[in-house]
Amino acid sequence: MENLINIFVKSIFIDNMVFAYFFGMCSYLAVSKSVKTAMGLGIAVVFVLGITVPVDYLLENYILKEGALVWLGEGFADVDLSFLSFIMFIAVIASMVQLVEMVVEKFAPVLYTQLGIFLPLIAVNCAILGGSLFMQQKAFHNIGEATVYGLGSGIGWLLAIVGIAAIREKVQYSDIPAPLRGLGITFIITGLMGLAFMGFMGIKL
Amino acid sequence: MAKEGLFSKKNQKLLSTPLNGNNPVTVQVLGICSALAVTVQLKPAVVMTLSVMAVLAFANVIISLLRNTIPSRIRIIVQLVVVAALVILVDQILKAFVYDVSKQLSVFVGLIITNCIIMGRLEAFALGNKPWPAFLDGVGNAAGYGLVLIIVSFFRELLGSGSLWGYKVIPESWYVANGGFYENNGMMILPPMALITVGAIIWFQRWKNRDLIEK
Repeated sequence: MENLINIFVKSIFIDNMVFAYFFGMCSYLAVSKSVKTAMGLGIAVVFVLGITVPVDYLLENYILKEGALVWLGEGFADVDLSFLSFIMFIAVIASMVQLVEMVVEKFAPVLYTQLGIFLPLIAVNCAILGGSLFMQQKAFHNIGEATVYGLGSGIGWLLAIVGIAAIREKVQYSDIPAPLRGLGITFIITGLMGLAFMGFMGIKL
Repeated sequence: MAKEGLFSKKNQKLLSTPLNGNNPVTVQVLGICSALAVTVQLKPAVVMTLSVMAVLAFANVIISLLRNTIPSRIRIIVQLVVVAALVILVDQILKAFVYDVSKQLSVFVGLIITNCIIMGRLEAFALGNKPWPAFLDGVGNAAGYGLVLIIVSFFRELLGSGSLWGYKVIPESWYVANGGFYENNGMMILPPMALITVGAIIWFQRWKNRDLIEK
C-alpha cells in the first residue's frame, strides 16, 4: 500500500509529465487558453492514461517481453518481441481512445459534447505513449502499480494544464512586450512553473 | 501542366520557409516535447534531428504515394502504422550503431511516433501533394526543427557543462575550484531552462520578424 502511495505522489509532483519530461506539450500549449476546456482535456487524459497504461502493462508482460510467451508452452521461452512494442502500444492507444469515445458518447453525452475534438486528438498526445514507454522502462511489479502510475501521471498533467490556463487568463490583461505575446510568454511561464515544481524534488519517499 | 524542375523556385521555398518564417517549433508550435527533452547536450540533439528527418521525409513520401488509395476515415491509423514502422527501423539502427546515444535518448526515440510535426506535416502536406515536394517538405521541416534543437542545446551545453559535443571548451584554470573565477551554471541542465531558452528564441525571432507577432 505504502509503495502505491509513493508511486502516486511521485508521478504527480516529482516526475510531472509536463515539467520534468515535457510530455504533451503540443496540446498543453494549444488548449490552455481557458480553464474550462483545459479541465475537460485534462480529465480525458487522466481517463485514457488510467486505462492504457495497465493494458499496455499486460501486453508487455504476457506477449512482448523476452520470455513472456512462456505460458503458451516451453518452446516459446526465448521469443523476444520487444521490438514490436511501439507499434503495439500505439495500436492499443488508438483503439482505446476510440472505445473511450464511444463509451463517453453513450453514457455521458454532456461531457462528450464538451470535450468535442479533444477526445480523438488524445491518441497523438505524447503524454499517453510516454506513459506507456516509461511504464516499460520502470518495470513495475504488478498491474496495480502500473494503474496507479498511469492515473498519477494523468493527474499531474491535469494539474499543469489547469494551472497554466488560469495564469494565461490573467496574463491576457497584462502589458507584455509585443514579440513575447502569446507563445513566448507561455513558454517562459511554464519554465518558471517548472522551476517551482523542482522544489518537490527534495521530498524523500 | 508544364513540367517543373526538381529544384524550381517553388520547391526551394519548401525547403527554406520552415527554417525561419514557418518554423515548425517556434511558429507552428509542433513537436515541442522532444525538442526540449533532448537538448541538454549537442550530440543527442543532432542524432534526434537526423532521426526525425529520416522518419519525416520517408513517411511523407510513403503517405504521398498512398494518398489516393487511403480512405479518409481511417487515414490516421494508416499514418500511425507507417510512422511507427519507420520509427522501429530508426530505433533498431540507433541501437546497433550508436548505442550510448540511443540509451541517452531513451523513450524519446519511440516518442517520434507521436511527434506532432510528423502527423501535422502528413495531414497538412503529404495528403495533398506529389512525392517529391512531400520529400522536400519533410526535409525542410525537420531541418527547421533541428535548427531550434541545435541552438537550444548549444547554449545549454556551453553554459551548463562548459563543453561542446562532449569536449571541454572552458579552460580548466578558469574554474573556481582551480583558483579561477568561473562556475558552470547548473540551472541550464534542469528541464525548465529549456523552456525559457525556447521562449527567448521565440522572443528574438519575433523581434526580428514583426509579421509573426500575435495580437
